[in-house]
Amino acid sequence: MSNLPVISFRALEQVFAAADGRPVHALKGMSFEIGRHEFVAVLGPSGCGKSTLLRLIAGLLKPTQGQVAIYDRVVTEPRDEIGIVFQRPTLLPWFDVLGNVTFPMRHKYGHVGENELERARKLLTLVGLADFQHKRIDELSGGMQQRVAIARALLLDPDILLMDEPFSALDALSRDEMSFELLRIWTQSPKTVLFITHSIPEALLLSDRIIVMTSRPGSIREIIDVPFARPRSMSTFSEPQFHELANHIRSQLFSRPVAV
Amino acid sequence: MNSRTISAASCSRARLRSEVKAAAGIGVFVLTWLDRGLPFIAIVVLLLFWEGAARLFAIPSFLLPAPSAILAAAIAVPPGIWFGHIWATLRVALMGFGLAMAVSIPLAVCLASSKFLSRTVYPLLVVVQSTPIVAVAPIIVVTLGAGDLPRVVITFLITFFPIVVSTVTGLQSTPEELIELSRSLRAGRKREILHIRLPFAVPHIFSALKISTTLAVIGAVVAEFVAAEKGLGFFIAFSTSNFRIPTAFAGLVILVAISLSLFQAVSFVQRRFVGWSLPKAKQ
Repeated sequence: MSNLPVISFRALEQVFAAADGRPVHALKGMSFEIGRHEFVAVLGPSGCGKSTLLRLIAGLLKPTQGQVAIYDRVVTEPRDEIGIVFQRPTLLPWFDVLGNVTFPMRHKYGHVGENELERARKLLTLVGLADFQHKRIDELSGGMQQRVAIARALLLDPDILLMDEPFSALDALSRDEMSFELLRIWTQSPKTVLFITHSIPEALLLSDRIIVMTSRPGSIREIIDVPFARPRSMSTFSEPQFHELANHIRSQLFSRPVAV
Repeated sequence: MNSRTISAASCSRARLRSEVKAAAGIGVFVLTWLDRGLPFIAIVVLLLFWEGAARLFAIPSFLLPAPSAILAAAIAVPPGIWFGHIWATLRVALMGFGLAMAVSIPLAVCLASSKFLSRTVYPLLVVVQSTPIVAVAPIIVVTLGAGDLPRVVITFLITFFPIVVSTVTGLQSTPEELIELSRSLRAGRKREILHIRLPFAVPHIFSALKISTTLAVIGAVVAEFVAAEKGLGFFIAFSTSNFRIPTAFAGLVILVAISLSLFQAVSFVQRRFVGWSLPKAKQ
Protein backbone atom coordinates (compact mmCIF):
# COMPACT_ATOMS: atom_id res chain seq x y z
CA MET A 1 0.00 0.00 0.00
CA SER A 2 2.73 2.45 0.96
CA ASN A 3 4.55 1.99 -2.37
CA LEU A 4 1.40 2.67 -4.34
CA PRO A 5 1.40 6.15 -5.86
CA VAL A 6 -1.34 8.33 -4.37
CA ILE A 7 -1.85 10.32 -7.56
CA SER A 8 -0.79 9.13 -10.98
CA PHE A 9 -1.56 10.47 -14.40
CA ARG A 10 -0.67 8.90 -17.71
CA ALA A 11 -0.47 10.49 -21.18
CA LEU A 12 -2.80 13.22 -20.00
CA GLU A 13 -4.08 15.50 -22.71
CA GLN A 14 -6.65 18.29 -22.57
CA VAL A 15 -8.15 20.14 -25.52
CA PHE A 16 -10.61 23.01 -25.09
CA ALA A 17 -12.73 24.71 -27.70
CA ALA A 18 -11.75 28.38 -27.85
CA ALA A 19 -14.36 31.14 -28.21
CA ASP A 20 -14.05 30.98 -32.00
CA GLY A 21 -14.51 27.20 -31.94
CA ARG A 22 -10.90 26.32 -32.72
CA PRO A 23 -9.31 23.64 -30.50
CA VAL A 24 -6.78 24.84 -27.92
CA HIS A 25 -4.28 22.36 -26.54
CA ALA A 26 -3.97 23.04 -22.80
CA LEU A 27 -2.02 19.92 -21.82
CA LYS A 28 -0.16 17.32 -23.82
CA GLY A 29 1.42 14.02 -22.87
CA MET A 30 1.66 14.55 -19.12
CA SER A 31 2.68 11.47 -17.14
CA PHE A 32 3.71 11.54 -13.49
CA GLU A 33 3.34 9.76 -10.15
CA ILE A 34 3.09 11.34 -6.71
CA GLY A 35 3.83 9.26 -3.62
CA ARG A 36 2.28 9.27 -0.18
CA HIS A 37 2.79 12.50 1.80
CA GLU A 38 4.91 13.89 -0.99
CA PHE A 39 4.88 17.64 -1.60
CA VAL A 40 5.01 18.34 -5.34
CA ALA A 41 5.08 21.83 -6.82
CA VAL A 42 3.98 22.57 -10.36
CA LEU A 43 5.83 25.53 -11.79
CA GLY A 44 5.21 27.14 -15.14
CA PRO A 45 4.43 30.30 -17.05
CA SER A 46 0.90 31.76 -16.98
CA GLY A 47 -1.55 29.86 -19.13
CA CYS A 48 0.53 26.68 -19.32
CA GLY A 49 -2.34 24.54 -18.06
CA LYS A 50 -1.32 24.27 -14.40
CA SER A 51 -4.87 24.95 -13.20
CA THR A 52 -6.24 22.56 -15.82
CA LEU A 53 -4.01 19.83 -14.38
CA LEU A 54 -5.34 20.54 -10.87
CA ARG A 55 -8.95 20.39 -12.06
CA LEU A 56 -8.31 17.11 -13.89
CA ILE A 57 -6.90 15.56 -10.69
CA ALA A 58 -9.83 16.95 -8.69
CA GLY A 59 -12.25 15.27 -11.10
CA LEU A 60 -13.80 18.62 -12.01
CA LEU A 61 -12.74 18.17 -15.65
CA LYS A 62 -12.66 15.06 -17.83
CA PRO A 63 -9.42 14.56 -19.76
CA THR A 64 -9.61 14.50 -23.55
CA GLN A 65 -6.99 11.73 -23.59
CA GLY A 66 -5.20 9.68 -20.95
CA GLN A 67 -6.30 9.25 -17.36
CA VAL A 68 -5.81 10.31 -13.76
CA ALA A 69 -5.85 7.72 -11.00
CA ILE A 70 -5.98 8.17 -7.24
CA TYR A 71 -4.89 5.06 -5.30
CA ASP A 72 -4.98 3.25 -8.67
CA ARG A 73 -8.68 3.97 -9.17
CA VAL A 74 -9.38 6.04 -12.28
CA VAL A 75 -10.88 9.46 -11.47
CA THR A 76 -14.25 9.88 -13.14
CA GLU A 77 -15.85 12.33 -10.71
CA PRO A 78 -14.76 14.39 -7.66
CA ARG A 79 -13.56 12.18 -4.80
CA ASP A 80 -13.62 12.42 -1.01
CA GLU A 81 -9.82 12.08 -0.77
CA ILE A 82 -9.30 15.61 -2.05
CA GLY A 83 -9.34 19.05 -0.44
CA ILE A 84 -8.85 22.16 -2.58
CA VAL A 85 -7.43 25.59 -1.76
CA PHE A 86 -8.00 28.17 -4.48
CA GLN A 87 -6.09 31.26 -5.49
CA ARG A 88 -8.73 33.50 -3.87
CA PRO A 89 -9.98 32.48 -0.40
CA THR A 90 -13.64 32.71 -1.62
CA LEU A 91 -15.14 32.49 1.85
CA LEU A 92 -18.84 32.94 2.50
CA PRO A 93 -19.54 36.42 3.91
CA TRP A 94 -22.74 35.35 5.70
CA PHE A 95 -20.87 32.91 7.96
CA ASP A 96 -18.28 33.72 10.61
CA VAL A 97 -14.86 32.05 10.57
CA LEU A 98 -16.09 28.86 12.27
CA GLY A 99 -19.10 28.67 9.94
CA ASN A 100 -16.79 28.86 6.94
CA VAL A 101 -14.52 26.10 8.21
CA THR A 102 -17.49 23.79 8.90
CA PHE A 103 -19.16 24.70 5.59
CA PRO A 104 -18.01 21.57 3.65
CA MET A 105 -19.75 19.40 6.28
CA ARG A 106 -22.94 21.47 6.18
CA HIS A 107 -22.84 21.55 2.40
CA LYS A 108 -22.17 17.85 1.84
CA TYR A 109 -24.28 16.31 4.60
CA GLY A 110 -26.70 19.08 5.52
CA HIS A 111 -25.75 19.33 9.21
CA VAL A 112 -22.75 20.05 11.40
CA GLY A 113 -22.29 17.85 14.46
CA GLU A 114 -20.42 18.52 17.69
CA ASN A 115 -17.49 16.40 16.42
CA GLU A 116 -17.03 18.56 13.35
CA LEU A 117 -17.26 21.74 15.43
CA GLU A 118 -14.55 20.35 17.67
CA ARG A 119 -12.44 19.40 14.66
CA ALA A 120 -12.96 22.83 13.09
CA ARG A 121 -11.76 24.48 16.33
CA LYS A 122 -8.66 22.27 16.33
CA LEU A 123 -7.98 23.17 12.70
CA LEU A 124 -8.34 26.87 13.51
CA THR A 125 -5.76 26.39 16.26
CA LEU A 126 -3.55 24.58 13.73
CA VAL A 127 -3.72 27.50 11.27
CA GLY A 128 -3.19 30.01 14.09
CA LEU A 129 -6.70 31.48 14.24
CA ALA A 130 -7.96 29.99 17.52
CA ASP A 131 -9.06 33.42 18.78
CA PHE A 132 -10.85 34.37 15.57
CA GLN A 133 -13.63 31.74 15.50
CA HIS A 134 -16.48 34.22 15.65
CA LYS A 135 -14.94 37.01 13.58
CA ARG A 136 -16.69 38.17 10.45
CA ILE A 137 -14.87 37.43 7.20
CA ASP A 138 -14.38 41.07 6.21
CA GLU A 139 -12.58 41.68 9.52
CA LEU A 140 -9.72 39.37 8.44
CA SER A 141 -6.64 40.21 6.36
CA GLY A 142 -5.98 38.42 3.07
CA GLY A 143 -3.49 36.05 4.73
CA MET A 144 -5.93 35.21 7.54
CA GLN A 145 -8.69 34.54 5.01
CA GLN A 146 -6.42 32.12 3.17
CA ARG A 147 -5.67 30.37 6.49
CA VAL A 148 -9.44 29.93 6.94
CA ALA A 149 -9.62 28.50 3.40
CA ILE A 150 -6.84 26.02 4.29
CA ALA A 151 -8.69 24.97 7.45
CA ARG A 152 -11.85 24.56 5.35
CA ALA A 153 -10.00 22.33 2.89
CA LEU A 154 -8.73 20.17 5.78
CA LEU A 155 -12.10 19.75 7.55
CA LEU A 156 -13.11 16.47 5.93
CA ASP A 157 -9.56 15.14 6.50
CA PRO A 158 -8.57 14.61 2.87
CA ASP A 159 -5.46 12.55 2.02
CA ILE A 160 -4.67 14.93 -0.82
CA LEU A 161 -4.47 18.71 -0.75
CA LEU A 162 -4.62 20.50 -4.11
CA MET A 163 -3.47 24.11 -3.91
CA ASP A 164 -3.94 26.48 -6.87
CA GLU A 165 -1.50 29.39 -6.39
CA PRO A 166 -2.90 29.87 -2.89
CA PHE A 167 -0.59 32.72 -1.87
CA SER A 168 -0.31 34.59 -5.16
CA ALA A 169 -2.96 37.16 -4.16
CA LEU A 170 -1.05 38.05 -0.97
CA ASP A 171 1.57 40.75 -0.51
CA ALA A 172 5.23 39.62 -0.48
CA LEU A 173 5.62 39.58 3.33
CA SER A 174 2.38 37.67 4.02
CA ARG A 175 3.36 35.33 1.25
CA ASP A 176 6.67 34.30 2.89
CA GLU A 177 4.94 34.03 6.25
CA MET A 178 2.22 31.80 4.80
CA SER A 179 4.80 29.55 3.11
CA PHE A 180 6.39 28.80 6.49
CA GLU A 181 2.92 28.40 8.02
CA LEU A 182 2.05 25.87 5.34
CA LEU A 183 5.27 23.92 6.06
CA ARG A 184 4.37 23.85 9.76
CA ILE A 185 0.77 22.75 9.03
CA TRP A 186 1.97 20.08 6.59
CA THR A 187 4.46 18.76 9.19
CA GLN A 188 1.75 18.55 11.86
CA SER A 189 -0.88 17.15 9.52
CA PRO A 190 0.94 15.32 6.70
CA LYS A 191 -0.83 15.19 3.35
CA THR A 192 0.01 14.48 -0.25
CA VAL A 193 0.19 17.98 -1.70
CA LEU A 194 0.06 19.25 -5.26
CA PHE A 195 1.00 22.92 -5.09
CA ILE A 196 0.62 25.10 -8.15
CA THR A 197 2.70 28.26 -8.23
CA HIS A 198 4.63 30.60 -10.47
CA SER A 199 7.09 31.53 -7.72
CA ILE A 200 10.43 29.72 -7.98
CA PRO A 201 11.58 30.39 -4.36
CA GLU A 202 8.19 29.25 -3.06
CA ALA A 203 8.45 25.98 -5.00
CA LEU A 204 12.04 25.38 -3.80
CA LEU A 205 11.23 26.17 -0.18
CA LEU A 206 8.13 23.97 0.04
CA SER A 207 8.40 20.93 -2.19
CA ASP A 208 10.10 17.56 -2.48
CA ARG A 209 9.88 17.60 -6.27
CA ILE A 210 9.10 20.32 -8.78
CA ILE A 211 7.40 19.74 -12.12
CA VAL A 212 8.65 22.48 -14.46
CA MET A 213 6.19 22.92 -17.30
CA THR A 214 6.48 24.26 -20.82
CA SER A 215 4.05 26.87 -22.07
CA ARG A 216 1.01 25.93 -24.12
CA PRO A 217 0.46 23.13 -24.79
CA GLY A 218 1.63 22.42 -21.26
CA SER A 219 3.87 19.42 -20.87
CA ILE A 220 6.64 18.39 -18.49
CA ARG A 221 9.95 20.11 -19.29
CA GLU A 222 11.86 18.81 -16.31
CA ILE A 223 11.39 17.15 -12.94
CA ILE A 224 13.59 18.61 -10.22
CA ASP A 225 14.38 16.77 -6.98
CA VAL A 226 14.69 19.39 -4.27
CA PRO A 227 17.67 18.35 -2.13
CA PHE A 228 17.20 20.55 0.95
CA ALA A 229 16.80 18.71 4.25
CA ARG A 230 13.61 19.11 6.28
CA PRO A 231 12.54 20.83 8.43
CA ARG A 232 13.18 23.83 6.24
CA SER A 233 13.43 27.38 7.49
CA MET A 234 14.69 30.84 6.56
CA SER A 235 18.18 29.37 6.27
CA THR A 236 17.01 27.19 3.35
CA PHE A 237 17.00 30.37 1.24
CA SER A 238 20.73 30.82 1.88
CA GLU A 239 21.79 27.27 0.97
CA PRO A 240 24.37 27.49 -1.84
CA GLN A 241 22.32 25.19 -4.06
CA PHE A 242 19.21 27.35 -3.68
CA HIS A 243 20.33 30.06 -6.10
CA GLU A 244 21.89 27.54 -8.42
CA LEU A 245 18.61 25.64 -8.71
CA ALA A 246 16.58 28.85 -8.94
CA ASN A 247 18.74 30.06 -11.83
CA HIS A 248 18.51 26.71 -13.52
CA ILE A 249 14.70 26.69 -13.28
CA ARG A 250 14.55 30.29 -14.51
CA SER A 251 16.59 29.35 -17.58
CA GLN A 252 14.21 26.44 -18.19
CA LEU A 253 11.12 28.66 -17.93
CA PHE A 254 12.39 31.34 -20.28
CA SER A 255 13.12 29.45 -23.48
CA ARG A 256 14.67 32.56 -25.01
CA PRO A 257 17.44 34.52 -23.24
CA VAL A 258 16.11 37.53 -21.35
CA ALA A 259 17.63 40.93 -22.14
CA VAL A 260 18.86 42.81 -19.07
CA MET B 1 3.98 85.31 47.46
CA ASN B 2 5.72 84.30 44.31
CA SER B 3 4.46 80.77 44.40
CA ARG B 4 0.91 82.02 45.00
CA THR B 5 0.94 84.09 41.79
CA ILE B 6 2.22 81.13 39.85
CA SER B 7 -0.49 78.86 41.21
CA ALA B 8 -3.15 81.50 40.46
CA ALA B 9 -1.87 81.84 36.92
CA SER B 10 -1.77 78.11 36.29
CA CYS B 11 -5.23 77.79 37.82
CA SER B 12 -6.70 80.37 35.46
CA ARG B 13 -4.88 78.77 32.54
CA ALA B 14 -6.40 75.41 33.43
CA ARG B 15 -9.84 77.01 33.62
CA LEU B 16 -9.29 78.63 30.24
CA ARG B 17 -8.25 75.30 28.76
CA SER B 18 -11.33 73.53 30.08
CA GLU B 19 -13.55 76.34 28.78
CA VAL B 20 -11.95 76.08 25.34
CA LYS B 21 -12.47 72.33 25.44
CA ALA B 22 -16.13 72.75 26.39
CA ALA B 23 -16.65 75.29 23.62
CA ALA B 24 -15.04 72.92 21.13
CA GLY B 25 -17.28 70.12 22.44
CA ILE B 26 -20.40 72.24 21.85
CA GLY B 27 -19.10 73.12 18.38
CA VAL B 28 -18.65 69.45 17.47
CA PHE B 29 -22.08 68.65 18.92
CA VAL B 30 -23.76 71.39 16.86
CA LEU B 31 -21.91 70.34 13.71
CA THR B 32 -22.88 66.68 14.17
CA TRP B 33 -26.53 67.55 14.55
CA LEU B 34 -26.40 70.00 11.70
CA ASP B 35 -24.95 67.24 9.53
CA ARG B 36 -27.63 64.76 10.55
CA GLY B 37 -30.43 67.30 10.24
CA LEU B 38 -29.30 68.59 6.86
CA PRO B 39 -31.76 66.59 4.72
CA PHE B 40 -34.59 67.68 7.02
CA ILE B 41 -33.46 71.33 6.89
CA ALA B 42 -33.32 71.12 3.07
CA ILE B 43 -36.94 69.96 2.94
CA VAL B 44 -38.10 72.67 5.35
CA VAL B 45 -36.29 75.36 3.33
CA LEU B 46 -37.87 74.06 0.12
CA LEU B 47 -41.35 74.11 1.70
CA LEU B 48 -40.83 77.67 2.99
CA PHE B 49 -39.64 78.75 -0.45
CA TRP B 50 -42.66 77.07 -2.05
CA GLU B 51 -45.06 78.69 0.45
CA GLY B 52 -43.41 82.11 -0.05
CA ALA B 53 -43.53 81.84 -3.84
CA ALA B 54 -47.17 80.74 -3.83
CA ARG B 55 -48.16 83.72 -1.66
CA LEU B 56 -45.85 86.30 -3.26
CA PHE B 57 -46.86 85.57 -6.84
CA ALA B 58 -50.45 84.68 -5.88
CA ILE B 59 -50.23 81.37 -7.80
CA PRO B 60 -53.79 80.03 -8.21
CA SER B 61 -54.30 76.91 -6.09
CA PHE B 62 -55.48 74.84 -9.08
CA LEU B 63 -52.03 75.38 -10.64
CA LEU B 64 -49.81 74.89 -7.59
CA PRO B 65 -51.35 74.97 -4.12
CA ALA B 66 -49.20 76.26 -1.23
CA PRO B 67 -48.06 73.70 1.39
CA SER B 68 -50.37 75.33 3.93
CA ALA B 69 -53.34 74.89 1.56
CA ILE B 70 -52.42 71.22 1.06
CA LEU B 71 -52.21 70.72 4.83
CA ALA B 72 -55.58 72.40 5.29
CA ALA B 73 -57.10 70.22 2.57
CA ALA B 74 -55.62 67.09 4.18
CA ILE B 75 -57.10 67.99 7.58
CA ALA B 76 -60.49 68.72 5.98
CA VAL B 77 -60.81 65.06 4.88
CA PRO B 78 -62.02 62.90 7.84
CA PRO B 79 -59.35 60.37 9.07
CA GLY B 80 -61.73 57.44 8.46
CA ILE B 81 -61.95 58.33 4.77
CA TRP B 82 -58.16 58.66 4.56
CA PHE B 83 -57.57 55.28 6.19
CA GLY B 84 -60.04 53.63 3.83
CA HIS B 85 -58.19 54.92 0.78
CA ILE B 86 -54.74 54.28 2.25
CA TRP B 87 -55.62 50.72 3.18
CA ALA B 88 -57.09 49.99 -0.27
CA THR B 89 -53.89 51.16 -2.03
CA LEU B 90 -51.48 49.66 0.49
CA ARG B 91 -53.25 46.30 0.36
CA VAL B 92 -53.01 46.09 -3.44
CA ALA B 93 -49.38 47.30 -3.43
CA LEU B 94 -48.36 44.75 -0.78
CA MET B 95 -50.20 41.87 -2.46
CA GLY B 96 -48.69 42.72 -5.86
CA PHE B 97 -45.25 43.07 -4.27
CA GLY B 98 -45.63 39.77 -2.39
CA LEU B 99 -46.81 37.99 -5.53
CA ALA B 100 -43.88 39.47 -7.50
CA MET B 101 -41.41 38.18 -4.89
CA ALA B 102 -43.05 34.76 -4.70
CA VAL B 103 -42.96 34.36 -8.50
CA SER B 104 -39.73 36.18 -9.43
CA ILE B 105 -37.22 34.51 -7.14
CA PRO B 106 -38.13 30.87 -8.02
CA LEU B 107 -38.44 31.93 -11.67
CA ALA B 108 -34.95 33.47 -11.52
CA VAL B 109 -33.58 30.21 -10.05
CA CYS B 110 -35.11 28.29 -12.98
CA LEU B 111 -33.75 30.78 -15.53
CA ALA B 112 -30.27 30.72 -13.98
CA SER B 113 -30.09 26.93 -13.82
CA SER B 114 -31.50 26.02 -17.23
CA LYS B 115 -30.08 27.27 -20.49
CA PHE B 116 -33.21 26.06 -22.27
CA LEU B 117 -35.54 28.07 -20.03
CA SER B 118 -33.41 31.19 -20.20
CA ARG B 119 -33.39 30.91 -24.02
CA THR B 120 -37.17 30.44 -24.23
CA VAL B 121 -38.78 32.21 -21.26
CA TYR B 122 -36.43 35.18 -20.90
CA PRO B 123 -37.35 36.76 -24.29
CA LEU B 124 -41.02 36.47 -23.29
CA LEU B 125 -40.30 38.32 -20.05
CA VAL B 126 -38.54 41.08 -21.99
CA VAL B 127 -41.63 41.39 -24.23
CA VAL B 128 -43.88 41.68 -21.16
CA GLN B 129 -41.52 44.24 -19.64
CA SER B 130 -41.45 46.26 -22.88
CA THR B 131 -45.25 46.46 -22.98
CA PRO B 132 -46.51 49.68 -21.39
CA ILE B 133 -48.53 48.17 -18.55
CA VAL B 134 -50.55 51.42 -18.25
CA ALA B 135 -51.91 50.68 -21.73
CA VAL B 136 -52.65 47.05 -20.90
CA ALA B 137 -54.31 47.88 -17.59
CA PRO B 138 -57.81 48.59 -19.05
CA ILE B 139 -57.67 45.28 -20.93
CA ILE B 140 -56.70 43.41 -17.77
CA VAL B 141 -59.59 45.01 -15.89
CA VAL B 142 -62.01 43.89 -18.63
CA THR B 143 -60.56 40.36 -18.58
CA LEU B 144 -60.35 39.87 -14.83
CA GLY B 145 -63.36 41.95 -13.78
CA ALA B 146 -63.73 44.27 -10.80
CA GLY B 147 -62.18 43.66 -7.38
CA ASP B 148 -58.62 43.35 -6.12
CA LEU B 149 -57.48 40.66 -8.57
CA PRO B 150 -56.92 42.84 -11.68
CA ARG B 151 -55.20 45.50 -9.54
CA VAL B 152 -52.89 42.95 -7.95
CA VAL B 153 -52.06 41.52 -11.39
CA ILE B 154 -51.28 45.00 -12.78
CA THR B 155 -49.06 45.75 -9.77
CA PHE B 156 -47.35 42.40 -10.18
CA LEU B 157 -46.66 43.01 -13.89
CA ILE B 158 -45.00 46.37 -13.14
CA THR B 159 -43.03 45.03 -10.18
CA PHE B 160 -41.68 41.59 -11.05
CA PHE B 161 -39.17 42.26 -13.81
CA PRO B 162 -36.40 44.05 -11.86
CA ILE B 163 -36.55 41.30 -9.21
CA VAL B 164 -36.12 38.56 -11.84
CA VAL B 165 -33.23 40.31 -13.59
CA SER B 166 -31.37 41.19 -10.37
CA THR B 167 -31.83 37.73 -8.89
CA VAL B 168 -30.52 36.06 -12.07
CA THR B 169 -27.53 38.42 -12.03
CA GLY B 170 -26.91 37.61 -8.37
CA LEU B 171 -27.20 33.85 -8.90
CA GLN B 172 -24.66 34.09 -11.72
CA SER B 173 -22.25 36.34 -9.79
CA THR B 174 -21.22 33.48 -7.49
CA PRO B 175 -17.42 32.97 -7.61
CA GLU B 176 -16.54 30.04 -9.87
CA GLU B 177 -14.30 28.57 -7.13
CA LEU B 178 -17.27 28.07 -4.80
CA ILE B 179 -19.17 26.20 -7.49
CA GLU B 180 -16.07 24.02 -7.96
CA LEU B 181 -15.87 23.53 -4.18
CA SER B 182 -19.52 22.45 -4.23
CA ARG B 183 -18.92 20.06 -7.12
CA SER B 184 -15.78 18.65 -5.50
CA LEU B 185 -17.91 17.85 -2.42
CA ARG B 186 -20.58 16.34 -4.69
CA ALA B 187 -23.18 18.25 -2.69
CA GLY B 188 -25.74 18.28 -5.48
CA ARG B 189 -27.51 20.93 -7.49
CA LYS B 190 -30.13 21.75 -4.85
CA ARG B 191 -27.60 22.50 -2.13
CA GLU B 192 -25.44 24.45 -4.59
CA ILE B 193 -28.41 26.78 -5.18
CA LEU B 194 -29.61 26.93 -1.55
CA HIS B 195 -26.23 27.14 0.21
CA ILE B 196 -24.17 29.14 -2.25
CA ARG B 197 -25.96 30.76 -5.18
CA LEU B 198 -29.07 32.16 -3.43
CA PRO B 199 -27.18 33.69 -0.48
CA PHE B 200 -24.77 35.26 -2.97
CA ALA B 201 -27.78 36.77 -4.75
CA VAL B 202 -29.17 38.34 -1.55
CA PRO B 203 -27.52 41.77 -2.02
CA HIS B 204 -28.84 41.89 -5.60
CA ILE B 205 -32.30 40.73 -4.52
CA PHE B 206 -32.55 43.45 -1.89
CA SER B 207 -31.47 46.18 -4.33
CA ALA B 208 -34.29 45.04 -6.61
CA LEU B 209 -36.82 44.81 -3.76
CA LYS B 210 -36.07 48.42 -2.81
CA ILE B 211 -36.75 49.59 -6.37
CA SER B 212 -39.83 47.40 -6.51
CA THR B 213 -41.48 48.98 -3.46
CA THR B 214 -41.87 52.22 -5.42
CA LEU B 215 -42.99 50.30 -8.51
CA ALA B 216 -45.60 48.46 -6.43
CA VAL B 217 -47.17 51.76 -5.32
CA ILE B 218 -47.12 53.00 -8.94
CA GLY B 219 -48.80 49.76 -10.04
CA ALA B 220 -51.54 50.06 -7.45
CA VAL B 221 -52.24 53.70 -8.39
CA VAL B 222 -52.30 52.94 -12.13
CA ALA B 223 -54.78 50.16 -11.50
CA GLU B 224 -56.96 52.52 -9.46
CA PHE B 225 -56.88 55.14 -12.21
CA VAL B 226 -58.38 52.57 -14.57
CA ALA B 227 -61.13 51.15 -12.41
CA ALA B 228 -61.68 51.59 -8.70
CA GLU B 229 -64.06 53.15 -6.22
CA LYS B 230 -61.50 53.34 -3.43
CA GLY B 231 -57.78 53.93 -3.00
CA LEU B 232 -55.46 56.92 -3.24
CA GLY B 233 -55.20 56.69 -7.04
CA PHE B 234 -58.96 56.87 -7.30
CA PHE B 235 -58.99 59.64 -4.64
CA ILE B 236 -56.51 61.79 -6.61
CA ALA B 237 -58.32 61.25 -9.93
CA PHE B 238 -61.67 62.06 -8.29
CA SER B 239 -60.35 65.20 -6.51
CA THR B 240 -58.71 66.48 -9.70
CA SER B 241 -61.85 66.01 -11.74
CA ASN B 242 -63.66 68.17 -9.14
CA PHE B 243 -60.89 70.81 -9.27
CA ARG B 244 -59.94 70.12 -5.65
CA ILE B 245 -56.23 70.35 -6.47
CA PRO B 246 -54.98 70.88 -2.86
CA THR B 247 -56.83 67.70 -1.84
CA ALA B 248 -55.24 65.80 -4.77
CA PHE B 249 -51.83 67.05 -3.62
CA ALA B 250 -52.57 65.82 -0.09
CA GLY B 251 -53.24 62.36 -1.59
CA LEU B 252 -49.97 62.59 -3.48
CA VAL B 253 -48.03 63.42 -0.30
CA ILE B 254 -49.49 60.35 1.37
CA LEU B 255 -48.50 58.18 -1.63
CA VAL B 256 -44.93 59.45 -1.31
CA ALA B 257 -45.03 58.65 2.41
CA ILE B 258 -46.23 55.09 1.65
CA SER B 259 -43.45 54.58 -0.92
CA LEU B 260 -40.81 55.83 1.50
CA SER B 261 -42.15 53.67 4.34
CA LEU B 262 -42.11 50.53 2.20
CA PHE B 263 -38.55 51.33 1.10
CA GLN B 264 -37.51 51.82 4.73
CA ALA B 265 -39.27 48.60 5.73
CA VAL B 266 -37.28 46.61 3.15
CA SER B 267 -34.06 48.35 4.29
CA PHE B 268 -34.90 47.44 7.89
CA VAL B 269 -35.45 43.78 7.03
CA GLN B 270 -32.11 43.72 5.20
CA ARG B 271 -30.23 45.36 8.10
CA ARG B 272 -31.92 43.19 10.70
CA PHE B 273 -31.70 39.76 9.04
CA VAL B 274 -28.97 39.87 6.38
CA GLY B 275 -26.76 42.71 7.61
CA TRP B 276 -23.70 41.13 5.99
CA SER B 277 -25.15 41.92 2.56
CA LEU B 278 -24.86 45.69 3.12
CA PRO B 279 -21.75 47.65 2.16
CA LYS B 280 -19.42 47.80 5.17
CA ALA B 281 -19.90 51.51 5.95
CA LYS B 282 -23.65 51.11 6.42
CA GLN B 283 -23.69 48.38 9.07
